[in-house]
Amino acid sequence: MKELLLIIAGSVLVNNFVLSRFLGECPFLGVSKKLETAISMGFATTFVLTMTSVATYFIQFYILEPFGLSRFLQIVSFILVIASLVQLVEMVILKTSPALYKALGIYLPLITTNCAVLGLALLIAIKRYNLIQSIAFGLGAGIGFTLAMALMAGIREEMEFGDVPEALRGVAIVLITAGLLSMAFLGFSGLIPM
Amino acid sequence: MYQLVKDFFNGLWNENPTFKMIIGMCPTLAVTTAAMNGIAMGLATTFVLVFSSLLISLLRNFIPAKVRIPCYIIVIATFVTVVDLFMAGYFPAMYKILGLYIPLIVVNCIIMARAEAFASKVTPMRAIADALGMGLGFTWAITLIGAVRELMGSGTLFGFPVFGENVTRWVIMLLPPGAFITMGVLLGIMNLLTRRGVKNTQCH
Repeated sequence: MKELLLIIAGSVLVNNFVLSRFLGECPFLGVSKKLETAISMGFATTFVLTMTSVATYFIQFYILEPFGLSRFLQIVSFILVIASLVQLVEMVILKTSPALYKALGIYLPLITTNCAVLGLALLIAIKRYNLIQSIAFGLGAGIGFTLAMALMAGIREEMEFGDVPEALRGVAIVLITAGLLSMAFLGFSGLIPM
Repeated sequence: MYQLVKDFFNGLWNENPTFKMIIGMCPTLAVTTAAMNGIAMGLATTFVLVFSSLLISLLRNFIPAKVRIPCYIIVIATFVTVVDLFMAGYFPAMYKILGLYIPLIVVNCIIMARAEAFASKVTPMRAIADALGMGLGFTWAITLIGAVRELMGSGTLFGFPVFGENVTRWVIMLLPPGAFITMGVLLGIMNLLTRRGVKNTQCH
């Protein structure tokens, strides 16, 4: 139990996917203008990340490795699984909750090309987590992503009213803000004994 | 011929993926702790970009529009696997540093964006010219970021010492915050130089 908590805390705070592993920068910079959409995007991604962690665990340790295909087919099979998983999630959400589908709509298919998802799959294979640990890692990664998105969107909403130098307007100031956020997250690095 | 030259230079400056279009941020921020990493990552991405653009351009009349994205992904993933195995075999030291970010070239938006917006619509020659320009544009941009971070963080450039022993190293530049801040400041400088407003990120 303690180990699982450490994995979750580690992926949320210490090695935050966005702010310290640099995975999922595109939605972090692209869709963090409004708090609401940022949080919806965060939840959708969390869902996909958790599903991916289960799917890639079985593919890596029950298909690729027993047949010795890991070196050649890992990247291709992971990305295909992620793409179809995203498609599946999209269809399920459309059937079960059209309202949620409408809210997430355009962001859902984009999750395929979010490097956080493929990064998570590869990290699970590298770290050789077991099933429960993989799920915890996926969940933690998703929560960390949502946290970073929400923080950034909150700051950006406030920044609308700020007097930003002309050259830094747009993405530049967002990157510098992300730098300061990331610096704040460095403070968590002592949280987990190495 | 003139068209090819234009396509090539487009990626180097006018539509530079890093500083103008602001796509492919993950490797840009992650691996640029040294200038050499920037070159290696840039060339690996260029290789994938050139060959996947060529293949997608050749197949442009055969791929049905509805399933084009999965088709592009498979083509790209195949070339990334080639690079991955090549780097692991011939440059194990660099492979260790770049690690996770080599397989992640698959989801680098630059490649997908060029496949979707350019390579799938033009002749193979133009697709190659554009891919080379974009790839080299990405390479110089991340090498520059790497050089700035390396110079400030460890006082060296391409591994050669530049500052004396007495100059304080800014270790923060080598840590994640340094990546964001360097990129943000460089982007600001680029905006000053070109005096043009920043376009929004158009990643996916």
